[in-house]
Amino acid sequence: MLNNMPDPALGQKILARLPSLAEKASRRLGRPPVLMEVCGTHTMAIAKSGMRSLLAGHLELRSGPGCPVCVTDQGDIDKMIALAGRPEVTIATFGDMLRVPGTDSSLEVERARGARVEIFYAPADAVEFAAGSPEKEIVFLGVGFETTIPAVALSLELAVAQGLRNYSVLSSHKLVPPVMKALLSDPELKIDGFILPGHVCAVTGRQAFEFISGEYHIPAVITGFEPLDLLASVCLLLNQIADGRPETVNGYTRLVREEGNKKARAIMEKYFEPADALWRGFGLVPQSGLALKKEYSLYDAAARFPLQVPASRPLIGCACGDILKGKLTSPQCPLFAKSCTPLNPVGPCMVSSEGACAAYYQYEWAAK
Amino acid sequence: MSTNENELILLAHGDGGLLTHQLLEKYFLPGFSNELLDELSDASVFSMQEGRLAVSTDSFVVDPIFFPGGNIGKLAVCGTVNDIAVSGARPLYLTASFILEEGLPLGELARIVASMSDTAVKAGVKIIAGDTKVVGRGQADKIFITTTGIGLLPPQVNLGYRRLKPGDKVLVNGSLGNHGLAILLQRETLGLDSKVESDCAPLNLIIEKLLKRFKSIKIMRDLTRGGLATNAKEIAQSARVDIWLDEQSLPVDDSVRGVTELLGLDPLYLANEGKFLIAAAADEAADLLDFMKKDSLGENSRIIGEVRAGSGNVYLKTALGGTRKINMLAGAPLPRIC
Repeated sequence: MLNNMPDPALGQKILARLPSLAEKASRRLGRPPVLMEVCGTHTMAIAKSGMRSLLAGHLELRSGPGCPVCVTDQGDIDKMIALAGRPEVTIATFGDMLRVPGTDSSLEVERARGARVEIFYAPADAVEFAAGSPEKEIVFLGVGFETTIPAVALSLELAVAQGLRNYSVLSSHKLVPPVMKALLSDPELKIDGFILPGHVCAVTGRQAFEFISGEYHIPAVITGFEPLDLLASVCLLLNQIADGRPETVNGYTRLVREEGNKKARAIMEKYFEPADALWRGFGLVPQSGLALKKEYSLYDAAARFPLQVPASRPLIGCACGDILKGKLTSPQCPLFAKSCTPLNPVGPCMVSSEGACAAYYQYEWAAK
Repeated sequence: MSTNENELILLAHGDGGLLTHQLLEKYFLPGFSNELLDELSDASVFSMQEGRLAVSTDSFVVDPIFFPGGNIGKLAVCGTVNDIAVSGARPLYLTASFILEEGLPLGELARIVASMSDTAVKAGVKIIAGDTKVVGRGQADKIFITTTGIGLLPPQVNLGYRRLKPGDKVLVNGSLGNHGLAILLQRETLGLDSKVESDCAPLNLIIEKLLKRFKSIKIMRDLTRGGLATNAKEIAQSARVDIWLDEQSLPVDDSVRGVTELLGLDPLYLANEGKFLIAAAADEAADLLDFMKKDSLGENSRIIGEVRAGSGNVYLKTALGGTRKINMLAGAPLPRIC
């Protein structure tokens, strides 16, 4: 059976308790609570399980900056597309980037025009491809958070060990804790609790997010990706809001350790160092990205293929930036389901398989 | 048929000369032999009883050409046979047209032809016309096959969207997403040790029996590209009704569910090659289900939802009790990034 919830009856039980918990939290806040799921995979799980419709009227769920494709700056996407146009380059990428619209084109369109774009599920496969194609320059598009960065670092380890000279990484990697700080520092922010990304926390550890409750006094719960995990995290957050005692709770102890995965972090730190990064919707967030270390500049596509791309034009009317900050929900964007659809995406949130707009469009009720 | 595994298709195999004839005589004719084809005339001539005919054509370009559960040849027969079968017709004849890439090992061609021949015999259809062209290396990918099918509609069969009514039940004959996932796992080196096999099978074997016995079958649809989700949406739009599916009733093999969750894919959007959807009147649905379950091509059949009055929407009642909308696939189902 297609039933990604092991125990629907338990789900119903939790759901039955939610209205009274939400009521208590609402009384404390003076309005219904607004919770943010930071991770794109959570966004998808919420949409697929129909959870939003079940919680409507009791609380509001908003998506955050947790879809790596969506938060990638327009200028970075234009650079990737420009790189695909160089005759010696073969782009290696996760499938999510293929249809993301740049200012004038996309990798999908460039591929149809003759650019070489190969899709890989694992960065290590791209290294193998490079080893078998010494005449090609393989550039891996490093787009992702703490969840995928160790795998990209591992691909560098393999390339270095084999002495490859034709494999490099264009790093647009991003770190979640710094952008959470940027989000929390926004005086307009109206989020009463955070559902934190389980897989990112498995690498960073719970303690990396302690500042959310410690410094900003907002409840946060780390959770997994089953509907039951998400429901349980909503309960924990509502309890904290009602009690006025914010904590950063590890609700995903079957995977997340207090100190995280040290091995994964060690390999990241071997090849990358923190750098300022541009985020869609946020602008420059200090020390929120990762650049290749100087000693590995041979493997740094940004150093090997210096690119001058014209300044990217802003996407007129696209609300991706505000959606990523939880200020708007997808149906509130004037372009949603009108000029912006999965077939003709204006912004990346509509095309990424983890994007908030794609989730809304694909799975939720029609825009009224 | 003895074949040297090292022999390759050469451009000369397509020049109409001696090698072309050898190719026909050694590979195609023995595999496909029947009284119409063996005439070797420019066109096969045959008579048909009066009635309504069904015609369908499909090209097959699957990569890889061999995959767990089948190959491009088996697929080329099943695909067209199934298109004819879900229209309610009994498939009788196929034509098969081959585009071969220079360098294709003849041993592989022999295996593909043998598989087509076996599947055609199993499905009870005859391959009565064909063509072979050879193109230079790089101008096609190993082998492309186009099949066209001709079928005869029994007088009593009357399928059509306009017959769908609120209350009708929607059934499927087994697990969803196996073919699409089997191909994907072959194409990508994922390092996943998975046992997922294509469900590729000729569906006329079960459909003919169902149509004979159950008069309330209103439409059928094979769930190929776009999977259950896209096909259900097309039906709902064409019939101007809503279709409500029940997540907990949808049959998905554990192996498929595990891998799709890992890759961020939705089995409802993955292609099937041996699955079809039926809508039938509610009062006959339970008997229909029992009958389907007794057939080897329907052991895992389920009632998965129902037709309601509406305007072309498909909804899924989730295990949690929520409702989610089902839309057509937009772009390829892409693997997720984190």
